[in-house]
Amino acid sequence: MEQFSGKIWVLGDDIDTDIIIPTEYLALKTVNDMTPYAFSPLRPELAAQIKEGDIIVAGKNFGCGSSREQAPEIIKALGIKCVIAKSFARIFFRNAINNGLLLIENETLRDAVSEGDEITVTINEAIEHKGIQYPITSLPENLVDIIQAGGLVKAMRKLNGLD
Amino acid sequence: MGMTIAEKIIAAAAGVSEVKPGDIHTVELDRLMSNDGTTHLTIDMYNQLKNPQIADVNKLVWIVDHNVPCDSVKTAASHKKMRDFAKEHGITFYEGAGVCHQVMMENHVTSGELIFGADSHTCAYGAVGAFGTGVGCTDYLYAMVTGKSWLLVPETLKFNLTGKLNDGVYARDLILSIIGMIGANGANYMAMEFGGEGLKTLNMSDRIAICNLCVEAGAKTALMEVDEITLDYLKAHGREPKHCFQSDDDAVFAHVYDIDLSTIKPIVAKPHFVDSVVDAKECVGTHIDEAFLGSCNNGRIEDLRVGAKLIKGKKVHPLVRFLVVPASAEVYRQALSEGILDTFMEAGAIVMNPNCSVCWGSCQGVIGENEVLISTGTRNFKGRAGHKDSFVYLASAATVTASAIKGEIATADLV
Repeated sequence: MEQFSGKIWVLGDDIDTDIIIPTEYLALKTVNDMTPYAFSPLRPELAAQIKEGDIIVAGKNFGCGSSREQAPEIIKALGIKCVIAKSFARIFFRNAINNGLLLIENETLRDAVSEGDEITVTINEAIEHKGIQYPITSLPENLVDIIQAGGLVKAMRKLNGLD
Repeated sequence: MGMTIAEKIIAAAAGVSEVKPGDIHTVELDRLMSNDGTTHLTIDMYNQLKNPQIADVNKLVWIVDHNVPCDSVKTAASHKKMRDFAKEHGITFYEGAGVCHQVMMENHVTSGELIFGADSHTCAYGAVGAFGTGVGCTDYLYAMVTGKSWLLVPETLKFNLTGKLNDGVYARDLILSIIGMIGANGANYMAMEFGGEGLKTLNMSDRIAICNLCVEAGAKTALMEVDEITLDYLKAHGREPKHCFQSDDDAVFAHVYDIDLSTIKPIVAKPHFVDSVVDAKECVGTHIDEAFLGSCNNGRIEDLRVGAKLIKGKKVHPLVRFLVVPASAEVYRQALSEGILDTFMEAGAIVMNPNCSVCWGSCQGVIGENEVLISTGTRNFKGRAGHKDSFVYLASAATVTASAIKGEIATADLV
């Protein structure tokens, strides 16, 4: 199974879609134009600090609020490899898969880590942090395929031989 | 085994006789609503597909409501894309008719339907016993080109209502109380079902306000039992129900809550979470800069009547901007004919065209740094109504109007 390691950014409970991308920036032309403003109501400096391959670890109800699909798109465009949270809001959960952003639910990791720690994720198996293994649930193969293709539309284009 | 309303609607849409929570089913959608928040993204993706087609154009309803009339050149381009596509494909299209969910309730939704809306507050349609759920634009696109999607059958929380709301207490106070009680993710992935004798005391406007806000508890959908009030509403709007489902006596609920409506009090949700609710009296005296009466949650004629009755003969506080935004053109014209808009304008309120307004913090009335808004809108997230360092309190039409008069948070009995 695919394995990756990354530095973590730690966020709290109820990180809503207006925190992830405030309404005023939704009119910008592309998702890349919006990324500097990700998480700006909460941590304006965060978007510039996040590096390719980093991981977000958050509390419960991550992604609550609006159905705006720019929210998972922006997190992915920032280079975030996956988001691990105690729980995800349901619209965000579907939107993340549809945009190729890996989400992992884990109840205990968040309270055991500190920002800047490194963790290793083995998809469908476990997260490792300072020698401790946190088991994670499996995603069905078809959802893994969608995530690895970069989202549902890209998976469909691949299926139809367009990419 | 008995089924809940949500289970029955999914079973019917999946063409099977029984479903249970946790099952995933492919379902046929009855209706697909999308608004100018994200439709331009859907169109961009549609154009990336190989030989794309719309499965059934009659199911699609597109509504420009978030930024109407258009506020910038960028938005104009996005609207034009939506308008042109709708015209080319013969999609039912509204612009300026009102906030999408109110327009849907007035013109399209009927009992027993399964509806996807590319907007989180689509759960409002449960007011007439329809399963409405919010999706992103990729899920919307998939449903648009195939007519179908997949759904995980949710568990159901049952809210058994008894008694009657006291005078001066509104459906908005009830749903904010419930969200405060179960928390912002208390119904995550679940359906919230409302029934009981108390439901019969709530009119359709109350019911829409309750169902609309259930997503703020994380709910996938909200559903109410179909009764005479539902059927009268549908009849008055020229529609017939598709199915009139009730939960079976032996249906299984994840939890049953019994709520005596007479125990509900005026409520305020404090910044920056919808479940951060307190007795409105605890917030009395909090300084405000702006008040907003409107939105898909609380901008119907019943809400405007409450505000107008309170403010008649009084004035909006000189340091407060009071925005009154009817939820639809139908509501606007009704308010006009009843003299309600005149009452608000006489008092110094700013009456605006039907749209999402400051509830989504883009088009009109956005608030600046450190400013405070009291609102009948849907959310009070940090930065939701404008500057990242601003504050939104949520309350009923009565509390919002009383606050606009006093220049600080006030309950109706104080004006």
